[in-house]
Amino acid sequence: MSEIKKDLVIIGGGPAGLAAAVSAAGEGVKDILIIERDIRLGGILNQCIHNGFGLHTFKEELTGPEYADRYIDMVRKEQIPYMLDTMVIDLSFDEKTGEKTVTAMNKTEGLFYVRARAVILAMGCRERPRGALNIPGFRPSGIYSAGTAQYYTNMEGKLPGKKVVILGSGDIGLIMARRMTYEGAKVLCVAELQPYSGGLKRNIVQCLDDFGIPLLLSHTVVDIKGKRRVEGVTIAEVDENKKPIPGTEVFYECDTLLLSCGLIPENELTDKLGAKMNPVTGGAFVNDSLETDIPGVYACGNVLHVHDLVDYVSGEAAAAGKNAADFLLGRNVQENDGSVINIKTENGVRYSVPSVVRPAQMPDTLTIRFRVGNEYRDKNLSVYLDGKQLMKLPKRIMAPGEMEQIILVKSKVGEIISGSEGKEHELIIRVEDKE
Amino acid sequence: METRELTCIRCPIGCHITVELENGEVKSITGNSCPRGEEYAASEVTHPVRTVTSLVRVNGGVRPVVSVKTAGDVPKEKMMDAVGALKSVTVDAPVSIGDIIAKDIAGTGADVVATSNVAKK
Repeated sequence: MSEIKKDLVIIGGGPAGLAAAVSAAGEGVKDILIIERDIRLGGILNQCIHNGFGLHTFKEELTGPEYADRYIDMVRKEQIPYMLDTMVIDLSFDEKTGEKTVTAMNKTEGLFYVRARAVILAMGCRERPRGALNIPGFRPSGIYSAGTAQYYTNMEGKLPGKKVVILGSGDIGLIMARRMTYEGAKVLCVAELQPYSGGLKRNIVQCLDDFGIPLLLSHTVVDIKGKRRVEGVTIAEVDENKKPIPGTEVFYECDTLLLSCGLIPENELTDKLGAKMNPVTGGAFVNDSLETDIPGVYACGNVLHVHDLVDYVSGEAAAAGKNAADFLLGRNVQENDGSVINIKTENGVRYSVPSVVRPAQMPDTLTIRFRVGNEYRDKNLSVYLDGKQLMKLPKRIMAPGEMEQIILVKSKVGEIISGSEGKEHELIIRVEDKE
Repeated sequence: METRELTCIRCPIGCHITVELENGEVKSITGNSCPRGEEYAASEVTHPVRTVTSLVRVNGGVRPVVSVKTAGDVPKEKMMDAVGALKSVTVDAPVSIGDIIAKDIAGTGADVVATSNVAKK
């Protein structure tokens, strides 16, 4: 079995992996390898042919493949090596030497090991499958996750069905409502279990409203009819406990059911590595360097927490790339008195990335991203550090489908914690009523 | 005075914009956080436009379809016309990002360009 050594291995060649690689190379890391399981770089962006990508990163509106191509170009210009059609099957860490071992395989090399000084996890996420949704009925053909239908339609040029019901209002489901309408299918409705949409507002406007496709909030599929092929689905309204309300069932005759019911970070490798995981995000716990609790292993993009915009993935991944470079090149090693700020999220804020900040190591400004658990209108987003109010941001609207962020300023953090006792500090992020 | 509530789609922030109209004329636009929002709101209440993204069949490529977009906005009511007109268009591989696939699609004035690369088989 062959064995190679690399300073930095990046697992995943999608938007996160590409941006992390470009950033690490720009920061001076010479010996990088990107490992991608697909036959091309770019990840899921390749099948996201709609526009709306890149407004933050490139100040113009691009489609997914165009956005990916910009980063693929940068990777080629930097001459960063990558392996395609290569699957990473194991990841381990030697506590004595600090060395990470990436076990991978492909058709030409067979099984091989890569010994790495640092690893960036950029494996992305996958869709929640039907099996996780507890919908009764047989298992006929015609039930697809929205992303699978998107792959068939946009990459293979094959339309999965002609009369469609979509369960879940995640962005891919909304995008597919428009896509399948364009391709000549009839999309009957989008049913969403929650009383709010899981997708971006703009997608509701552009993909549903524009085509008169109804969005049924607080509704779910309670039965799938058909043995060989989907013949129809029954949709019912649900009460506040998400239980179907008897008598509200409506049968929709259709040949296809698309599921857009959430994304799950793909962290089997992170689990194998033994990194501490956050049950709320499904990703690893990370500090201000986006480093997991395994030294020299970083995470970014949808494998860390599911993002709404690829622009934010690129930004986060670039930070991970820089931090990995600092680690590899022995830079930014600050005197550390061991003090940490634990971030606590409450009252509507579900989680934060990072979850721990080391005040000595944090950059001058640190972006903290999070999501809220409900739709909030005209509320304040309040941030407290050791009981002192650090921020009070008025928000017209916050929704679970859209990521929120705050910028933590190092100097302001220093002012507060320098005067306080102890090494453990607490930063609280919460939703509050306006006075 | 007529009031229209809009969700801006110019960028993913999705600002909630309120437009006040009098006899079809825009009197005020509030809630936007950038000039693009103001431009969108004014356009959306008087002359709504969209960028159309779709697919075109490819002959002799490694993939059977290539993704495309209109190089400029098209009137909202012409979206389906543009998509329909693209169904009869085919291109020969190789196709590169930015290649013009069709000119003045469905009389909208907008050209259609490729948004992905499809190599020859």
